[in-house]
Amino acid sequence: MASEVQAEQLIAADWGGGAFPYRVGHRKLGMWLFIVSDSLTFSALLIGYSYVRASSDNWPTPFPFWPSIIFSSIMTLCLLSSSLTMVMAVKASARGDKAGVRRWILGTILGGASFIVLHLIEWNHLIDEGLRPFALPSEWAQRWPGASPLFGATFFAITGLHMFHVFTGLIYLASVAAMVKRLKHEDVEISGLYWHFVDLVWMFVFPMIYLLSVDFRG
Amino acid sequence: MSAHEISGEAHRHEPPKSFIRKYIFSLDHKVIGIQYMLLAMTSVLFGVVMSVLMRMNLSWPGTKWPILGTLFPTGAPEGVMSPEFYLSLVTMHGTMMVFFVLTTAPQGGFGNYFLPIQIGADDMAFPFLNMMSFWVTFVGFLVLVLAIFVEGNQTIGAWFSGLGDWMQGGSGTVGPIGGWTAYPPLSALGKIAGPGQGAGMSLWIISIAIFCVGSLLGALNFITTLLNMRTRGMSLMRMPLTCWAWFTTAVLALLAFPVLLAGGILLFLDRTAGTSFFIPGGEVVTDTLITSHQGGSPILWQHLFWFFGHPEVYIAILPGMGATSHILSTFARKPIFGYRAMVFAMFGIGLLGFFVWGHHMFISGMSPYSAMAFSILTLSIGVPSAIKTFNWIGTLWGAKIRFTVPMLFALGFVSLFVSGGITGLVLGQTSLDLPMHDTYFVLAHFHLVMGVAAIFGMFAAMSFWYPKMFGRMMNETIGKIHFWITFIGVYSIFMPMHIMGIIGMPRRYAQFAENGQSIYHFIDPADPLVKFVTAAAIVTALAQVLFYFNFFWSLFKGKKAGDNPWEATTLEWTTATPPPHDNFAGVVPTVYRGPYEFAVPGAPNDFILQTERDAEVAEVDGGTSGNGSDGHGH
Repeated sequence: MASEVQAEQLIAADWGGGAFPYRVGHRKLGMWLFIVSDSLTFSALLIGYSYVRASSDNWPTPFPFWPSIIFSSIMTLCLLSSSLTMVMAVKASARGDKAGVRRWILGTILGGASFIVLHLIEWNHLIDEGLRPFALPSEWAQRWPGASPLFGATFFAITGLHMFHVFTGLIYLASVAAMVKRLKHEDVEISGLYWHFVDLVWMFVFPMIYLLSVDFRG
Repeated sequence: MSAHEISGEAHRHEPPKSFIRKYIFSLDHKVIGIQYMLLAMTSVLFGVVMSVLMRMNLSWPGTKWPILGTLFPTGAPEGVMSPEFYLSLVTMHGTMMVFFVLTTAPQGGFGNYFLPIQIGADDMAFPFLNMMSFWVTFVGFLVLVLAIFVEGNQTIGAWFSGLGDWMQGGSGTVGPIGGWTAYPPLSALGKIAGPGQGAGMSLWIISIAIFCVGSLLGALNFITTLLNMRTRGMSLMRMPLTCWAWFTTAVLALLAFPVLLAGGILLFLDRTAGTSFFIPGGEVVTDTLITSHQGGSPILWQHLFWFFGHPEVYIAILPGMGATSHILSTFARKPIFGYRAMVFAMFGIGLLGFFVWGHHMFISGMSPYSAMAFSILTLSIGVPSAIKTFNWIGTLWGAKIRFTVPMLFALGFVSLFVSGGITGLVLGQTSLDLPMHDTYFVLAHFHLVMGVAAIFGMFAAMSFWYPKMFGRMMNETIGKIHFWITFIGVYSIFMPMHIMGIIGMPRRYAQFAENGQSIYHFIDPADPLVKFVTAAAIVTALAQVLFYFNFFWSLFKGKKAGDNPWEATTLEWTTATPPPHDNFAGVVPTVYRGPYEFAVPGAPNDFILQTERDAEVAEVDGGTSGNGSDGHGH
């Protein structure tokens, strides 16, 4: 009972002005708000993708289990492990272990960079096959008659915007690692928030773009 | 980002010395607010001139206007406006007004200046981001102006053609003609879709995308500031309704603009990368079969656009509602009626605003079942709107009203909001919207309710806060003349438009006559109205000179203002006029009561400042102090 009253007083004090109601500083709150708004950008793109896919007569499902899905799963693994190393970086930061922060962030950057490299290899492979933002490879067009050319458009637009976010994140993390001596713990946490968000977006992109386009016959 | 914030925080209390840091690249929210206002005051000139040009073309089609012939030799050959020229006027008028006037001034302008002061903060949470959001918006404005000339002027257009095909070249005729909604497929096809769909349209999209980024930065700054920087005692339910309005608006902007940004990116890809998000197959444009695009849907753009577009309407109007509530209470010398209901109604409007975008698309061929859902949700917005209106009337009920200029404009806001909102109940019904949709009825509806009402909110806010911002009062006599001409003027413009719409006069037609002969006989009876509206529009536009004159004249010659000329209660009136660099000269104000404690029984004055501490008076609850228990936080 006493603790409930205490909690209520605490809430009143938090929201009564002169305090941070969520117990987080400006920058962390700002990052959360940015994440909310950025997730709406991605939602709009993914809903647009669902819309054109659902309203198409035929949609190509060109990704065979090997190599495409295995390859993109390895990409996913890189990104997810980089989230783990980011957690370790934040934990090191909480301990005040600046060298540890730097080490773990470098690990995160390594994961993110290998994601981008693998992704670009995959893009290159698809472009070689003849996939364009405006056209399907001729083989695909034969195999899926009347298939929508929007496959390429949605694929490049959504994964491209995501890759751009990963790339921005790498620069962000690199500057955090470089300046870590002067930064507070919360700043490291904030960069972690952004990185986890970018990974989370991929966890929507991966099933929607890749897993829903698995080629079961091939 | 983070590095700048750190340095911004450390130096916040030192006022900048150099001219550039003080007035141009200033981190001070007050200077940035005024910069936003000046940007809006510039854009609105473009918008008004364009609207008068449109009216003149409708009333006197085929007349020669030599100046136009000089400025736009191909768009208006020998000064005669071409239909494309008219459409580009429609487009640029809408874009300028909606984005660079209605979105910037109420939120970026007044919100920036007064939100931190009203909650007792020394600046916004992110001064550097604040500066960035203004300058990003300003770049968006420049790109938009360039869009007119890259298309409208052959020399600049030719230069842009030299950049390569991806920019789609300038047509050298007129500005973008896609309308402020930029509906595909025409807006997505590039210059093949005709004059005004070339480089100008690409620049239009770039400008709007830049604007989205600026608005996002602004929105997250506003929300963080309001949540984190309220001073001691400023609980949420003690905030002035203006702050609630700016907060709600910022939440809407945070959630709506990213969707427009996404749509804009896709539209831009359609134009430059050859994708077909919004372009279906088998499209025939100017007798050419489009073979390079297929598979997309223009309806998808409508969904993305209006998911942003409808909240955008509330982004324009909510700050006006906040200012109106604030000003009505101040000059009625009464607490606002139903403070909590006002807050919840505002949030209700904002929330419902995200679920009604389909009512802009009733004629897109949507399923009647979803149309019905959208219709019911749309009509239900009438409930919180009515709550607000009745509370405004309740505030005025039995009051000894001081009819100052801000009060007149606030009353005008209520009047226009009701007149324009009533027709929303007509258009929200699918069966009535179908015949009315592309007529002047819609034009009249949204101009009254979101255009002119929001502008009246700005006039009210400007005349109310002018003394605090510039240390002098605006001239009351000029202000009253300006109010009455504008008030009667806007009703004279938009009331007849309802009738034109019911007759069936379609929107966006450049002219209804050819060689002096009427070509649509069913609208002949509206002809006197068309002329009358044009006359009213010209008079009303000219009357705005009074406002500009008053604004600049009062800067130097206005009556000196004290710290609290209106005898108001909120924090901005407790500090010096104009406020010092850190707003409260190093003092952190403490708030002891709600924002609208007027005419409190037993109090010595008829108003009590929020910072006044008086245990006995605090007992009397003006219905405003939510969790008003004293003592927490100190």
